Amino acid sequence: MSLALIRLDDRLIHGQVVVGWGQPLNVGFIVLVDDEVRNSAWEQDLYRMGVPANIEVVFASIAEAERQLSGWEQDARVGILLAGDIDTMAALAATGQVKRVNIGGVHHRAGRSERLRYVYLTDEEAAKLLSLASNGIEVTAQDVPTARAVPIREFL
Amino acid sequence: MSEPLRGVVVSHAALAEALVSAVRTISGVDGVLEAVSNEGCDPDALAARIDTALGTGPAVLFVDLPGGSCLTSALRLSRGRSAVAIVTGVNLAMLLDFVFHRDLTPAEAARRAAQAGGNAIRTPGAPAAPAAPAA
Repeated sequence: MSLALIRLDDRLIHGQVVVGWGQPLNVGFIVLVDDEVRNSAWEQDLYRMGVPANIEVVFASIAEAERQLSGWEQDARVGILLAGDIDTMAALAATGQVKRVNIGGVHHRAGRSERLRYVYLTDEEAAKLLSLASNGIEVTAQDVPTARAVPIREFL
Repeated sequence: MSEPLRGVVVSHAALAEALVSAVRTISGVDGVLEAVSNEGCDPDALAARIDTALGTGPAVLFVDLPGGSCLTSALRLSRGRSAVAIVTGVNLAMLLDFVFHRDLTPAEAARRAAQAGGNAIRTPGAPAAPAAPAA
C-alpha cells in the first residue's frame, strides 16, 4: 500500500480525517508533519486523543518527512499524511515524491478570501498551490470522500 | 462558589446550538449555556470563539468528541485556567443536570456532568448481558 492521501488541512488530525477518510480507507497510520508539534509532547498527546488505538500516529518535522516519504509510500499499511500549511506541503512536494495533494481545509483568517466553502486563501497562497499544479502535481479540494474532488483550476 | 458556573457547548456543525436549544425548551433555563460551532474555523479561530463564549468567570466546557478539533482547541484554551473544566461526550442529559447544579467548582461540576451523561446511556428492552463467570 502507500500514502492514500496527502492532505493540506489546518486542523491536522480531526474528525474528517480519522472518521471521514480513515474508516473507508482502513487507515493504519497517520503522519502529521509539523515542526512545532514534533517538538511538543503535550501537543502530540492532544492529537493522539482523537485517534483509535489501532491507528499509529507518526509525528515528523518537515526535514524528517522529506527523508522518510519514500518509506511511508512503501509501507504495507494504508497511510494519510497531513500538513497544516501550504509552505510545509510545498517543501514536501519539492522532494519530487508527491504526486497528488488533497486540500481538505484552509480556513478563514485576515487577508484570505473564500475560494470554496472550506478553502480560504490569500493571493500569495493561491499562487503557491497553482505552482504545485504547474509542476505536475494533481491538486484537488475535497473535504470528505463522499464529496467531489474539485480540480484546482476550477476554483483558482 | 460565589459565582454560578456557565457552560459552553463546543461541537461540530450545529450540534451545540441544537443541544442548547433543547435544554432551553425542556428546562426553561436561559442564559446559562452558550453554543460554539467549529464550522469554518481553523484551530486559532475556534479557540477565539470559545474564549469569547467563556468570558472571565468559572465555566465548564462541554465538548462533543473525546478527540479532534473541538477538544484540542478547548484543551489549549483551558490550559492553566483552573476556573475552567472540560467534559467530553456531551449529551442532553448531562446539560439538563448541569443547569440545575451550578453551585459547584468547575471540576466538581464536570465530574457530576460526566456521571449524569453516562447514566443516561442505556439499552432499554435489550436482553440482559450474560452473567460473568464465577471466579
